[in-house]
Amino acid sequence: MVLGNISTNNRKAAVVGVANSKFGKAPGNDVYDLTLSAFHDALADCGLDKSAIDGIIIHRAPDYQRFCELAGMNPKLIATYPSQGRMSGVAIPLAATAIATGMAETIALVYGNVGRTAGQIYGGENDNYGSGGAGRWFPYGMTSPGAMHAMMFRRHMHQYGTTAEQLGEVAITFRKHASLNPGAVMRQPYDMDEYLGSRFICDPLRLLDYCLINDGAVVMIITSAERAKDLAKPPVHIRGYGEATAFKESTMPPDDYWFAQMETVGQQTHAMAGTTREDMNALMIYDNFTPTVLFSLEGFGYCPHGESGPWVQEGHLALGGRYPANTCGGHLSESYMQGWALNVEAVRQIRGECDQRQVPGAGLIQFLSAAPIVTSIIYGAEPQ
Amino acid sequence: MSDYAKPLPKIDALDAPYWEGAKAHELRILKCGNCGHCSADPTRRCMSCGAQALEWTKASGRGKVWSYGVFHKAYFPGFANDVPYNVAIVQLEEGPKLYSNIVAVPNEDIRVDMAVKVHFDDVTDDVTLVKFEPA
Repeated sequence: MVLGNISTNNRKAAVVGVANSKFGKAPGNDVYDLTLSAFHDALADCGLDKSAIDGIIIHRAPDYQRFCELAGMNPKLIATYPSQGRMSGVAIPLAATAIATGMAETIALVYGNVGRTAGQIYGGENDNYGSGGAGRWFPYGMTSPGAMHAMMFRRHMHQYGTTAEQLGEVAITFRKHASLNPGAVMRQPYDMDEYLGSRFICDPLRLLDYCLINDGAVVMIITSAERAKDLAKPPVHIRGYGEATAFKESTMPPDDYWFAQMETVGQQTHAMAGTTREDMNALMIYDNFTPTVLFSLEGFGYCPHGESGPWVQEGHLALGGRYPANTCGGHLSESYMQGWALNVEAVRQIRGECDQRQVPGAGLIQFLSAAPIVTSIIYGAEPQ
Repeated sequence: MSDYAKPLPKIDALDAPYWEGAKAHELRILKCGNCGHCSADPTRRCMSCGAQALEWTKASGRGKVWSYGVFHKAYFPGFANDVPYNVAIVQLEEGPKLYSNIVAVPNEDIRVDMAVKVHFDDVTDDVTLVKFEPA
């Protein structure tokens, strides 16, 4: 894992500017309006002029050439990623690496998604999830990433005795957090009876186990820690990151819930950051579906394999708990910004900008993402 | 059979032998003549060793339910009258996994790890789907 060598590099990166559009159905006009609005807000957040941006990394929405034309800029570094949500955890480390090596000085990461306006449902004839091999199974009625996660969770229930109520604890906790976030799309809390009463989409998963589909844009501006010192907001340091993939036979769910990759990534990320799990003040966990949260907690070692169900019932993920998670409401309740809003929430928590949902003394936060690309990022108030 | 409303496989040269096998009520998988790796995913090279030595061979038809879900949402209009319907991942005893349906048993009685055997469902004159029933 060569990424680990970067921990010795003195050009570490920091997040200096963040912004998001309003979330919901067509809160702006088109995807360029949303992304450009967030881009200019993020520049204002850090007090930089767009001339300082020499790298653009784009995920999901806009064509890079048109975006840069509309933004009126000629960055030297360009990257663009395919639409899967797992790419937020890939793009941010790429930016940090580019800054560490001097490839770019200041990079804007631009995400935009108008899936709700587009009527995206992530299933049916247009489903091209994963490797593309899944189309072979349409004749059997198989489709959608949600169904794949339903089957993973069914197996987890069988192997470990995990229950619907334990899964519901995740969804209920994140909605409670969203109720404290004025920017969240879904803010009405619910209890276990309401969770269990929500309709099945693919049993064992219910409607409330699925992420939202919303329009919105998120922008992060990342620069060198040196450059970050004299900007408008205190820098939030990217202390460590790691990646591993699980592409082999990935038309099917992994037998181990991606545990092997998560163990590798967790060790690498903490080693680069100079931290341990116990140092973390909060977690931001990629929650496309509630079971992913359980798999992530087990794979990254926050609880033993198979024990996430009882563990979440002890309240560890709630505000006031040991590892408050997805304090913005996450994909289940704030908005499905494919990891980006969770990373921005980590930054805002460390800056102390989260009002009612603020985690007191949040100085170190870990982002976790379990998927065929497993990623993690550790953000810190202080440089290493 | 022309009123069959569910999605049908898009059969191409690569996986035609699989569907020809199904029509003949024979479950076929690809076996690598170099390393012995078995795959249900049609490719031209072995995904394990890279050799161009794949041959369609008859599988035993026996396997077990790796997991399953019960769809309550009809993503495909043709399945609207079937909800709730099951989709299972069946792991064949030769190793490969398949998405399929479990038939001849109520959804409530399907279990993870239950033993199953192949069941051929002639859904049109040209297409036979590979399903499974309790063994």
